[in-house]
Amino acid sequence: MSQRQVLQVFEQYQRARTHFVQAVAELSARPQNIGTLRDAGVISLLRPLLLDVVPTIQQTAALALGRLAYFNDDLAEAVVKEDILPQLVCSLSEQNRFYKKAAAFVLRAVGKHSPQLAQAIVECGALEALVICLEDFDPGVKEGAAWALGYIARHNSELSQAVVDAGAVPLLVLCIQEPEIALKRIAASTLSDISKHSPELAQTVVDAGAIAYLAQMILNPDAKLKCQVLSALSQIAKHSVDLAELVVEAEIFPVVLTCMKDSDEYVKKNGATLIREIAKHSPELSQFIVNAGGVAAVIDCIGSCKGTVRLPGIMMLGYVAAHSENLSMAVIVSKGIPPLCTCLLEEHEDHIKAAAAWALGQIGRHTPEHARAVAETNVLGTLLSMYMDIRSSEDLQLKAKRALKNILQKCTYLPALEPLLHDAPPNIMKHIVGQFSKVLPHDSKARRLFVTSGGLKKVQEIKAEPGSLLQEYINTINNCYPEEVVRYYSPGYSEMLLERVENYQPVL
Amino acid sequence: MAALVRLETRLSRLREEYFLKNRSVDEDRKIVYKAAVKIQSWFRGCRVRAYLRYLNKMAISIQKWWRGYQSRRYFRKMIKTAYFIMKMNFYNEMAVRIQKRWRGYYVRKYTHNYYALKKYLEAISLNNEIVRNELQEYAEMNEKKKKKKDLEKKEKEKKYKARKMHYLLSTEQIAGIYNSPFRKFPDPMELLLRQSKPLSHRQQQPKSPFTYDLYDWPTCKRPPAFPTGEPLPPIGRQKPQGPFRDAAEVLRQRYKPLEPTLRVAASISSPLEKAREEMKREEWRKCIHDNEFLPFSSYHKNEKYELSIHASEKIGKETYGIKHFREVQPNKWIAGKIYLLHHCSSSFSLLIYILFEIHLFRGTVEVEFLYFLKMNCPTR
Repeated sequence: MSQRQVLQVFEQYQRARTHFVQAVAELSARPQNIGTLRDAGVISLLRPLLLDVVPTIQQTAALALGRLAYFNDDLAEAVVKEDILPQLVCSLSEQNRFYKKAAAFVLRAVGKHSPQLAQAIVECGALEALVICLEDFDPGVKEGAAWALGYIARHNSELSQAVVDAGAVPLLVLCIQEPEIALKRIAASTLSDISKHSPELAQTVVDAGAIAYLAQMILNPDAKLKCQVLSALSQIAKHSVDLAELVVEAEIFPVVLTCMKDSDEYVKKNGATLIREIAKHSPELSQFIVNAGGVAAVIDCIGSCKGTVRLPGIMMLGYVAAHSENLSMAVIVSKGIPPLCTCLLEEHEDHIKAAAAWALGQIGRHTPEHARAVAETNVLGTLLSMYMDIRSSEDLQLKAKRALKNILQKCTYLPALEPLLHDAPPNIMKHIVGQFSKVLPHDSKARRLFVTSGGLKKVQEIKAEPGSLLQEYINTINNCYPEEVVRYYSPGYSEMLLERVENYQPVL
Repeated sequence: MAALVRLETRLSRLREEYFLKNRSVDEDRKIVYKAAVKIQSWFRGCRVRAYLRYLNKMAISIQKWWRGYQSRRYFRKMIKTAYFIMKMNFYNEMAVRIQKRWRGYYVRKYTHNYYALKKYLEAISLNNEIVRNELQEYAEMNEKKKKKKDLEKKEKEKKYKARKMHYLLSTEQIAGIYNSPFRKFPDPMELLLRQSKPLSHRQQQPKSPFTYDLYDWPTCKRPPAFPTGEPLPPIGRQKPQGPFRDAAEVLRQRYKPLEPTLRVAASISSPLEKAREEMKREEWRKCIHDNEFLPFSSYHKNEKYELSIHASEKIGKETYGIKHFREVQPNKWIAGKIYLLHHCSSSFSLLIYILFEIHLFRGTVEVEFLYFLKMNCPTR
């Protein structure tokens, strides 16, 4: 009798614990309850439940802790301070897979907030345990472990190095080959986070043979997986020419171009990022991309997207055009300039406009042909207005000015230069007038046009210090015309004539 | 006498005259001496001057010739160098012309080849067109797939709904809601209902104890499960019922003899190949020697005649190994006696063994070994 009563007490207690832990887990799923829970001191209450005899309570307690730490970094710090991590790490190696998943979730939640917390996780020896979890049979456990490692490695290169030293990379490459899509996604994202910090880490990932598997997975129809794979490849390729060449040798072209037509925006963005990272290293790689038709795909992608998604594509065009004039001509021939102009006009964000201005500058700076191709689209006026606009950011102004200067120094297409004469500030004016002074002495039709369009008048109105370059250019232009014409258009000519009329003695 | 007086008178004067004459001679002598010296010195001077003049002239002449010779040499050298420089300038000019042409050609053809660049750019635009078309096709294909998937999903949903709401089917008496008598033809939903099988209630599957608290994980979309293949069959299954075939028929079917097709029955290689193989084997068998037949005797002039095996050995069976087991070469013996080794017991059996082993080797190896043993064994 009394035995049953004793056991009843224990049962009640167990039921109470179960109920408490499940309720806390459900409540912590909603972010608005987290403040209340924290004030109620939930972490210290959950801590002993992690060591409970009943496995369900342990797992639910771990789940609740993970959810709490995920949304709030104070709670995550509290988790670290209360020394819960060593317990979790020990149990990671022993318990069943549900507990492992929960523990990996807690580590992930703690490690995501800041490098210090991630460092605390590393110091309590969690990395080895997580790497052992990566060898588990259950794909969910592997996923949890890989995700936790990814969040830890994300912060800086020391933590990434710690993750690599724990031997995670070969296991992650094995995880990529697993059939579950979620696991592949997480493993690809972790590899991307590891390799983004430094070339040595990227080389470690490459040495584990990751590139071949990542390249195969580009064909997978799942959009999020493609995102992660493309991001991983671009993080690898961005560090050096050799790594970029290794990525290219995995035969990603022309498959990557199909990503540029994907319906998902982020796939397009990451695909453009990958192509940009490859193109920026050397002219040979850019040449290869151009030959594979990459420029056309990127241009179409820019035309079809809006917003920050366009940015990597724009930069890629700029990098390709910057390498050599043949490549720049290839960009022009592929009809690259109109999308860039529309970008410049339509976009609201300054940094995208700055990138578009920079790209146009790179295209137009090589030879007069290139400058003409850029100037014919009447984009110089837009660039000038952007440079003069006080509301545009410094970066945008600087890039617009540089682009304008570079194009103007090679531009001999006078109809495009004429409108600029009227509003340009002196430092730009000098280039414009310089170009006129180079072209006008040799072309009589241009001279005529210059006079009739009012350009000569405008030039006369410019005040320049004697001896400066601008004055020399003005003199060269004035020497192209007969003196009467110059005098006619000089300011104050009408007054001068009237004065002469006044002083004239009529001949009777 | 008068002459004497005159002489005496002159005598006194003679002394004076003599003295005066000597004095004048003395005085003249100085003058004459001086004059002579002068004359001589003058003359010598003249002579020396003439000699010097002559020497001078000669020296001048030599120098003149020598200098002329040197300058002519120098002049020739100068001419040569000037000529050389002129030639080199000319060559340089020509080389410049050649290099100018060549460099212009090379640069225009290989480095900045305008036409190649033009072709390249045209090829790029063509390639871009192709790529754009292909990508467009790919995008359209994806769109179509997506649409198809959506359509299929909708269809599936509709069918499921129809199956669930099967009770809304119209009967003879009562027209269902989708089959209003005022309509010309029934609603498509009605047709669907007619086609679909009514949905029966499924048994509630027993929920596993882990599902409710770990179901809504951030990572897994379905409850955790062991990775099994197909589900195991329930234990205590009923035996399969139904009409079975006759056992004899089944056995006959099972043990029917094999009736292979012609292709299987025939061997792998075709008769042609078999015949070829046969021919090759014949040739191999019949071939006696590999020397090709050479038509004229001149080819065989320096050939050594080789005895055939049959002629080189003696007639009949080889008796060694059958009739006798020892080969003796009496010309190699040192002494006249044959050593009998059967007294040496330990080495005897060994020797017999060794002999037996190496009796296969015909030749002097064996004999030498015997010879060696003969030498080493103690004399008997």
